[in-house]
Amino acid sequence: MMRAPITDLPLAFENASLRIGSVDILAGLNLEIPAGAPTILLGPNGSGKSTLLRLAMNLVRPTAGRITWGRRNHPDERLAMVFQRPVMLRRTAAANVAYALGRRDERRVTELLDRVGLSPLAARPARRLSGGEQQRLALARALARDPEILFLDEPTASLDPAATKAVEDIIANVAASGVKIVMATHELGQARRLAGDIVFLARGRLVERAVAATFFNAPKTAEAAAFLRGDLVI
Amino acid sequence: MPDGASALQLVFGGDPGLYRIVALSLYVSVAAVLLAALVALPFGAFLALVKFPGRTFVVVVINAFMGLPPVVVGLAVYLLLSRSGPLGFLGILFTPHAMIVAQALLVIPIIAALTRQTIEDLWTEYREELTALRVSPARRVGTLIWDARFSLVTTLLAGFGRAAAEVGTVMIVGGNIEGFTRTMTTAIALETSKGDLPLAMGLGLVLVTIVIGVNAIAWGARRVGELRAG
Repeated sequence: MMRAPITDLPLAFENASLRIGSVDILAGLNLEIPAGAPTILLGPNGSGKSTLLRLAMNLVRPTAGRITWGRRNHPDERLAMVFQRPVMLRRTAAANVAYALGRRDERRVTELLDRVGLSPLAARPARRLSGGEQQRLALARALARDPEILFLDEPTASLDPAATKAVEDIIANVAASGVKIVMATHELGQARRLAGDIVFLARGRLVERAVAATFFNAPKTAEAAAFLRGDLVI
Repeated sequence: MPDGASALQLVFGGDPGLYRIVALSLYVSVAAVLLAALVALPFGAFLALVKFPGRTFVVVVINAFMGLPPVVVGLAVYLLLSRSGPLGFLGILFTPHAMIVAQALLVIPIIAALTRQTIEDLWTEYREELTALRVSPARRVGTLIWDARFSLVTTLLAGFGRAAAEVGTVMIVGGNIEGFTRTMTTAIALETSKGDLPLAMGLGLVLVTIVIGVNAIAWGARRVGELRAG
C-alpha cells in the first residue's frame, strides 16, 4: 500500500496570537490556507502580514493558540521564504544557490538560475547584483529547497516596475508549477495581478478573507473598502 | 646621526645574526597567531551563537583578558612549564615552543573577543535567512566565519600586532638566549640596555617594516577578496 506524501497544507492558524511585551502583534488569528492559487496577505504597514509569514514559516512561535501544517504541529522541511530585503551570502550567485541546495549539483544550480533568468550572472558576487537581481536570486535559493509552500514578504517593495514585473513573472510561473504561494504585499495592483484569494489584515487582526474577485469588487468590511479606495487605514 | 646610519648598514648589510633574529621572531609570532586562531575563532563564534548560563561572565572575562599583562602570562606559563610544574615533562621551557605557547595565550582573548563581536553582528543580519534555509547549527558557524572572513583578517592582524610587539612574556619563558630564543623585541631591550643603539635601532626598523608589510599584504588580500566575493 502506498503512503500519501507528507503535506504541510492546509496551513491553519487556530486562535493564534503573538504578543511582545504588552503589544499584540497578531491577535486571535483563525485562518486556514489550503492548496491552490496564491494567497495574498493584504493590509497597511504594521498590520501583521510579515509576522503572520514568520509564524507560518515556524521562525517564531505564537504566544497563544496554535499553528498546524497539514494537521500536524510541526512543518515538514519543504517550506521556503523570501524576505523583503534578502541577505546575500558573500559568494557568487551560483554559490548562493548551491549553498541553499546543500550539495554540489551544478546542473541543478544552472536550472534554478535559468528559472529566474540569472544564468549569465552566475559567477558574479551576489552582493554586487542589483536589487531586482538579488530578489530573483533569493527566489532561486528558496526554490532550491523544492518547497511545497513559498512565503514571500513584500518581495518587490523596493523595486522599479521592470524588476517588479520580472519577479512577478517568476512568482506566477512558480505558482503555476504547483507551489503554494503565500505573499504579503500592500500594493493593490500586485494583489490584483497575482491573487487567488485575499487575506486582509489591519492592526494585527484578520479583517476579511475572500476570493480575489469578490474582495476587489464587493468588500464586506468598511476597512477593506476604505483600503481599496486608497484611504489611510490606521 | 651616526646611529641611524649604522642601523641602516646593519639592516642592509646582510648580517646573518640579525636575519636569524628576524626569522625567529616571525616564526614565533605567526605560529602563535595560527595556534591562537585555531582555538579562538571557533570559541568566539560559539560565544556569539550559543546562549548558556554564565555566558555574559565569560564574555566580560574574555574582553578583560585582551588587556592581560604579558608578564603575568609569562609567569604563569613559566610555572606551568618549569621542571617542577605540571607540564614540566614537556621540556620546552626556554625554547621557541614555550614562546609560541605564551604568545598564543596572550593573543587568544584578542581574537576570541573580536571574533565574538564580529560573528554576533553578522548573526543579527543572517539569523532569519539561515533559519529559513534550515541551516544546521554547525553549518551556521562555518558560514558565519567564512562570510566574516575579511573582518576576521583584521582580527588576526590585531593578534599578530600584539604577538610581534611582545617582550615580557617571551623574555620570561624564552630566556633571550642568543641564536636560539632571541627575538627582535627582546634583542632591542637587551641592546638598548647595553648601549648598542645601532643594533637596537636596526631591529626596531625591521620590526616596524615587517608589521607594516604584513598589514599591507593583508589589506591587499582583503581588497582583492572583497572585489571577487562582494
